[in-house]
Amino acid sequence: MSAQVMLEATGVEVGFPVGSSLGARLRHQQHVLHAVDGVDLTVRKGEALALVGESGSGKSTLARAIAGIQRTSRGQITLDGRVLPARRPSAERRKIQMVFQDPYSSLNPRLTVGGILRELLRAHHVVPRGEVDSHARQLLRMVGLDEDAMHALPRQFSGGQRQRVAIARAIALRPELLVADEPVSALDVSVQATILNLLQELRGELGLTLLFISHNLAVVRHLCDRVAVMYMGRIIEVAPTEELFRDPRHPYTAGLLAAIPRMTARDEGEAPAVRGDPPSPLRLPTGCRFRSRCPMAQPVCAERDPQLAPPGPGSEHSAACHFAWAAQAANAAETG
Amino acid sequence: MSGPASGRAQLEVSDLRVQIAGRHGVVHPVDGVSLEIAPGEATGLVGESGSGKSMTLRSILGLLPPEATVTSGKVVFDDTDLTRLPRSRLNKVRGAKIAMIFQEPMSALNPVMRVGNQIAEGPLIHLGMSRAQAARRAIELMQRVGIPDPERRFRAFPHEFSGGMRQRVMIAMALSCDPELILCDEPTTALDVTIQDQILRLLARLCRESGTSLMFVTHDLPVVAQVCHQVAVMYAGRIVERGTVSQVFSRPLHPYTLGLLRSAPDVDRPGQSLVPIGGSPPSLASPPAGCRFHPRCKFAEEDCKVSDPPLRLLDASRATACLHYERCLDEIGADT
Repeated sequence: MSAQVMLEATGVEVGFPVGSSLGARLRHQQHVLHAVDGVDLTVRKGEALALVGESGSGKSTLARAIAGIQRTSRGQITLDGRVLPARRPSAERRKIQMVFQDPYSSLNPRLTVGGILRELLRAHHVVPRGEVDSHARQLLRMVGLDEDAMHALPRQFSGGQRQRVAIARAIALRPELLVADEPVSALDVSVQATILNLLQELRGELGLTLLFISHNLAVVRHLCDRVAVMYMGRIIEVAPTEELFRDPRHPYTAGLLAAIPRMTARDEGEAPAVRGDPPSPLRLPTGCRFRSRCPMAQPVCAERDPQLAPPGPGSEHSAACHFAWAAQAANAAETG
Repeated sequence: MSGPASGRAQLEVSDLRVQIAGRHGVVHPVDGVSLEIAPGEATGLVGESGSGKSMTLRSILGLLPPEATVTSGKVVFDDTDLTRLPRSRLNKVRGAKIAMIFQEPMSALNPVMRVGNQIAEGPLIHLGMSRAQAARRAIELMQRVGIPDPERRFRAFPHEFSGGMRQRVMIAMALSCDPELILCDEPTTALDVTIQDQILRLLARLCRESGTSLMFVTHDLPVVAQVCHQVAVMYAGRIVERGTVSQVFSRPLHPYTLGLLRSAPDVDRPGQSLVPIGGSPPSLASPPAGCRFHPRCKFAEEDCKVSDPPLRLLDASRATACLHYERCLDEIGADT
C-alpha cells in the first residue's frame, strides 16, 4: 500500500441554515444544521476508500464538498499537497470528478453521448482538437460501450449503460480522484455487477484513486481497500476493509455490520442489532452522538465527545469511542 | 388463527395473466403465474425490476393500476376467486383477511389523519368495534409494533414519524384485523440497514406469533433469507424457479437464479468474483420464443429456443422451468 496522500480533508464542516424565518434571522437565532461536522479524512494515492453510513450521516455532503460542488463552512481540503480554494477554478475542478447515483438526471438529455464527451474534451483542452472525436470513441470502448453509442441520446440507454456513459464522462478529464456517490444503488443486481467490475478494471488500468460512497456494505467489502464509517456528520471509525469487518471497534459499526441481511437464515430470537432511530441532527445528544442508541453507553459518554483515535502510533485503525481500545489498554497495563 | 384445513393452500394463484394495453401495443407483465401459499408460511417473490413481481402481488387484492387488467387465471382465497369478486365484496377482504404493506409508508398513509385513527379504522369497519374499543386496540397494536409512548403518539400525524416508525404504523394497520395473510411490497427498501433489520425482525416475529402467512416481494435476496421459508424467482412475467429458501439459494436449479446469486456481492464471501448476467431483460411486448431467458443463458441449447418450458415440479417443494437444470448443479459442483 502506498503511503502517498492524494487528498486530505482537515476539520471540514458543512452547515445548512434551517428555518429561515425572518424573525429568527433578525434576532440572530438562525439554526444551522451541520451535515458534516468536523471531518478529517485522508485518501491515499491509488486506493479505493469507502465512505459508508446511513441516510443523513453526511456522507454525500462530504463527497460533494470534496468534489467542490458544495461549499464548506470551515476546514481545508488539500489535493496532492496543494490547498484547494473555496471557489475552485475549473483547472482544479477537473482533477476531482464525480459519478452520481442517478445517471439520467446527471446527463444532458438533449446531447448525444458523443456530444457530451466532445464538449467536455474541447472545453478542458484534454486532447488537441483534431483528436477529440477519436478520443471520445476510445473512452466509450474503455467503459465497454459500442462506438454506435456516440450518436445516441441518454434516454436510449438502459440504466447500466447510462452509468457507463457517466463514468466515461468522469474519466475523460483524467481526474486524480474519482468520487462515486452510490453509483450502483439504482441498478438491478445483474447490472450492478457489470458496473462494479468496470470500476475495478478502470482502477487497474488508469491507477484511479476512488472515493466510493455507499450504504451497501457487501458492495463496499467487495470493492474497497479501506472504509470510513460516518454517523451524524462525523467519521466514527476508519480501518482497512477486512480489519473493519473482522474487528469493528465502534459499537455503531458493529451494529451496522450485524444488521446486514445475510444469505442464510438468522437466529429468530435475536434482538435487532441497533435499537431506536438516529437523533435529530438539530438536537444531538451531548458527548458521544451515538450514545442514545448505544448498548454500552456509560456516564462518561454523556460528558465527553470521543475523538477519532488509533490505539497507538502507526495503527491503521481509528475509532471515536471511549471504549474502542479499552481491552487493549487493559492488556497493556497487565503485561506492562 | 382460523386458517383453512392444513395441507391445503391458503392462497392459490393459478395461471394468472395481467395485461397492459399501451401505446406500443399489448404487454403482459404477468404471464401465466401459478403460486400457492400454505397457512402460516412466508413466501418471497424475487426478481429484478420489470419481472412482474409487484404486479402479481397487487393483482391479488385488485390493486392494479387502472391501465392493467387481469385477463385470465384465478386467485383463490377461502374458496372464492378474488379476481371475479365485485368491488363491494372485495372490500370486505381487503384489510380484514388480507392486508398489505407498501414500500413507501408516507404515500400509503393519510397525511391529514392522526395515525391512531388510521390504525383504528380497520377494527372500526371490519370488526364492528366501537370508537373507544378501536382506539384501545390501536394503542395496544402500537405497543406491539414497538412505537414508544403509544397513548401520546396516537394523536400524532404521519409526518411527525421517522421512516422506520411509519413502517411500524403500517405494520400495526396490517395486523389490526388479525388477517390471515399479509402482502408486503418491498417494505424495507426505502429504509436504512439498521432500521430494516428492526422491521424485518419485527415482521417475522409477529407473523410467527400470530400464524399469519406472508407474501413478500423484494429484489433483495438476503432480505428474503431473513423472513421467508419459501421463495419463487420471477423473470419476464413468469416464475422460473421455486423452492425453500435454503434449497434455492444454495442449489439453484435455474440459470437465472444462479446468475442473480453470482452477480450480487455476498458480504460473507469477500474476494469472490462477480459474474454479471450478460444482455438485458427482454421486451415484454415481444418476448423471445421458447424459454424467455435463452438469449442470455450460457446453457441454452436448440430446444430452449423453440419449446417454452413450463414450471415443472421436481418434488413436493421444488420446481424449475429450465430444460437443462442439471447444468446448474454441475456448475456449482465445479466451483466447490
